[in-house]
Amino acid sequence: MKRSYDKVLPAIVAALAIVALLFACRTTNPGVRTAVTNDAAQKVFVPPGQYDEFYAFLSGGFSGQISVYGIPSGRLLKVIPVFSQNPENAWGYSEETKPMLQTSHGFVPWDDSHHPELSQTDGVPNGKWIFINANNTPRIARVDLTKFETEEIVEIPNAAGGHAAPFTTPDGRYVVSATRFSVPIPNTDVAISDYKKSFKGTISFIRADEPGKMAIAFQILMPGYDYDLGHAGKGPSDGWFFFTSYNSEQAYTKLEANASQNDKDYVAAVNWKRAEACVAAGKAKSTPTSYVHNYVDSTSRVAKSDTRTTVAILDPRDCDGLVYFLPTPKSPHGVDVDPTGEYIVAGGKLATVIPVHSFSKLSKAIADKAFDTTIDGIPVVKYTASLAGEVKNPGLGPLHTEFDGKGYAYTSMFISSEVVKWKLGTWEIVDRIPTYYSIGHLMIPGGDTKQPWGKYLIAMNKITKDRYLPTGPELFQAAQLIDISGDKMKLLLDFPTIGEPHYAQALPASMIKDKQVKFYSLAQNANPYKISREAEGGISRVGKRVDVKMLAIRSHFAPDNIEGVQMGDTIYFHVTNIEQDWDILHGFAVLGNNNSELIVAPGETRTLKWIPNRVGIYPFYCTDFCSALHQEMQGYIRVSPSGSTVPLVAKLSDKALTQSGRLERAVSPGAEHAEHDRNR
Amino acid sequence: MPSTIATGEWQLLHGEWRNGGVDMTIIATRQRPRHYWRPDVTKLSRALCGIGALLLMALYFLPLWSIQLFAPQYPEGLGMRIRLTTVVGDRPTDLQTINQLNHYIGMRPIEPTGIPELRYFPLVVGVLIALGAGAALLGKRPLVITWLAALASFGAAGLVDFWRWSYDYGHNLDFAHAVIKVPGMTYQPPLIGTKQLLNFTATSWPAAGAWIALVAFAFGVAAILIGKTTRSPFAIPRSGATDMAFKRAS
Repeated sequence: MKRSYDKVLPAIVAALAIVALLFACRTTNPGVRTAVTNDAAQKVFVPPGQYDEFYAFLSGGFSGQISVYGIPSGRLLKVIPVFSQNPENAWGYSEETKPMLQTSHGFVPWDDSHHPELSQTDGVPNGKWIFINANNTPRIARVDLTKFETEEIVEIPNAAGGHAAPFTTPDGRYVVSATRFSVPIPNTDVAISDYKKSFKGTISFIRADEPGKMAIAFQILMPGYDYDLGHAGKGPSDGWFFFTSYNSEQAYTKLEANASQNDKDYVAAVNWKRAEACVAAGKAKSTPTSYVHNYVDSTSRVAKSDTRTTVAILDPRDCDGLVYFLPTPKSPHGVDVDPTGEYIVAGGKLATVIPVHSFSKLSKAIADKAFDTTIDGIPVVKYTASLAGEVKNPGLGPLHTEFDGKGYAYTSMFISSEVVKWKLGTWEIVDRIPTYYSIGHLMIPGGDTKQPWGKYLIAMNKITKDRYLPTGPELFQAAQLIDISGDKMKLLLDFPTIGEPHYAQALPASMIKDKQVKFYSLAQNANPYKISREAEGGISRVGKRVDVKMLAIRSHFAPDNIEGVQMGDTIYFHVTNIEQDWDILHGFAVLGNNNSELIVAPGETRTLKWIPNRVGIYPFYCTDFCSALHQEMQGYIRVSPSGSTVPLVAKLSDKALTQSGRLERAVSPGAEHAEHDRNR
Repeated sequence: MPSTIATGEWQLLHGEWRNGGVDMTIIATRQRPRHYWRPDVTKLSRALCGIGALLLMALYFLPLWSIQLFAPQYPEGLGMRIRLTTVVGDRPTDLQTINQLNHYIGMRPIEPTGIPELRYFPLVVGVLIALGAGAALLGKRPLVITWLAALASFGAAGLVDFWRWSYDYGHNLDFAHAVIKVPGMTYQPPLIGTKQLLNFTATSWPAAGAWIALVAFAFGVAAILIGKTTRSPFAIPRSGATDMAFKRAS
């Protein structure tokens, strides 16, 4: 026995050693989890009380909103509600804002917002507005950058999937929207298998330079592909617009495979100046349609909706030289024009190269008629005729490219999860940096304009995984701040984002920070239910409709005791915040309301609709901690049975009455004078 | 052989006088009557006095006093300026906001139309300007002194009045309805300087108008000091006040 032990023991030891060796050699993640240089903290640290250098506007993706971040700190400054109802501040819930979410399909309380676009003058952001698209029910919104508030939303007719939007022309005259989904135009009941025959795409040009007057200037009828992204030409290519398309296979099922067959799809080069000329020459067909336009009236701050019933549609067959197709490998996604306007970079998401078209070569190819064929009146330019060059072996899954204004381009690589920096003209790759993980868009402030502020790059990633403390199955998405001021890109900061950030825009804070509205002028408030003084408050009934005119001021509502409301009534609380002081907002909420609260900015009137469902006493109160006596800012409303004889009254509490009395005196100098004399 | 004939206010003198090497003969001198309306301060002092009077016109356009309030919640500050005719906020809504905050401690709203002084002070300043201008035009020392005294009195009265109003606002509180009652606490802002009033740091300081009034006063003082002539204002004028007619000695 002892002898056999002697043999077995070394064998066991040897076996364990082999196992240990194998264990040590097991596959581990070769990636470097954190690769920051030691001055990163200094570069992103904005001391408390100090301001960031840039405002960055990130799309909310499936949240439907825009989030605003300070850069370089990555601090979330605000979420601007755009396409989705926001109970936090009653966007889409208050009577004043409900019309903003009207469409030809009725009230659509949500959307998928993808691409913010700053308004421009001469190809450079002017700090007036930011536009953003709704991808699901195609719309374009205009957000005012002095209020950070959505002021206008226009629906896009004859469209499904407003993805290639809302990119602007350098003069700010138009923003565009091209259809991700082709559908029958006008939309009608056909077999899906009739795709090739009946389905079309459209590219819409929307007038965007006059607030309150956004409208579809014209639409261009396109072959039934999927139009993905776009960017305007600038400088020499000003007057042109470039859109990517995929699914030139015209598949309508299992696109994953069926739309990935062709080696090349197309970049559509649209001569929009030519389109204007053709429209002016009467070559567009005025076509019946129905689309809704919503805007906030500037004095009442009440949103209004109107419906437009025709749109001008231009067929490329009726307008020579309107559109050209540039073959581009493969299923291209982003199309980005460099600051000089000469190079058009397409991100072929399944391509092994990054193709770059040259505008001057394209112009020559058009002059020489270097075409392969013509599709629905659209000449297809020979690939090599417009090609400036290809960035070889950039990585996997090139999507989007931005520019630093110093001759370099930065392309996001979704599959290989990295940003690749390469040189325009030589097409050589000079640097690359990993992202965490699966980057979609990237953004350099002004990186899609004539004048990039090429200091930072923000990578917006689709997958977060292990970057933060885990929060269950659904993780927020994240952005990464990369320093691009030197030769080598340096990772500075990770920060979480709301929804899914697709594209983003940024501009120096100095352009807009001093133009911010601090409160609305009560004197200029033209809301029909506005009151300025407690004595003007009250209650009135017309049939089953009861209107309560109420004011909010630190720290009470007036009136704050309401009786005579009956079951079956619909009550509208019109709350005016009569403060004229910065950052003093009041909230209003009533028990059991199937709606949201209100948040009322100083000088503003907001209306909440309430239909009580049972008899009783209901409290209402201020939800925005406004003052030391915020908790006292409350009142009661009594709901009596239908047909009750309780008279309709809106009373002030004793406290409010006194305060009201004081306000009364304040506006009648004689009384004040008399009291003063008594006091003396 | 000079001879003198006194005829009323005329004295005829004859004699010879050398002037710059040229022989002159005084043929007549005129003696002015003895009266008090002749300027008795120098032109410079009259000018200072006049400028001082004109400077007072700025009181109609510039704030006299400024009260600023800072609190943790008001890092940007709230402010009001006392002008000759009214009280205004530093920003258009500041006064409303100050009144709004003051209701918590039971302070009456500050309502400029309820302060009668703001109606008649502009008239007083008008009188002061007229008085100063008159003193400058006539160049009489007693008038300048009177003007200065009036200006000083007005300034003092204004400050006392301001103090009385701020005392009244700060002490006569509506405790029945005040929601913040701190035993022993009153809310009179300082006349000049800084004081902590609950969460607010109140700073009161003369504004441009008051500084200009002070400069006007200094001009008046200077007018008296540097404009002093060697004689008493009531003395009979001597040679300087005689007109002489000359004839070249032939």
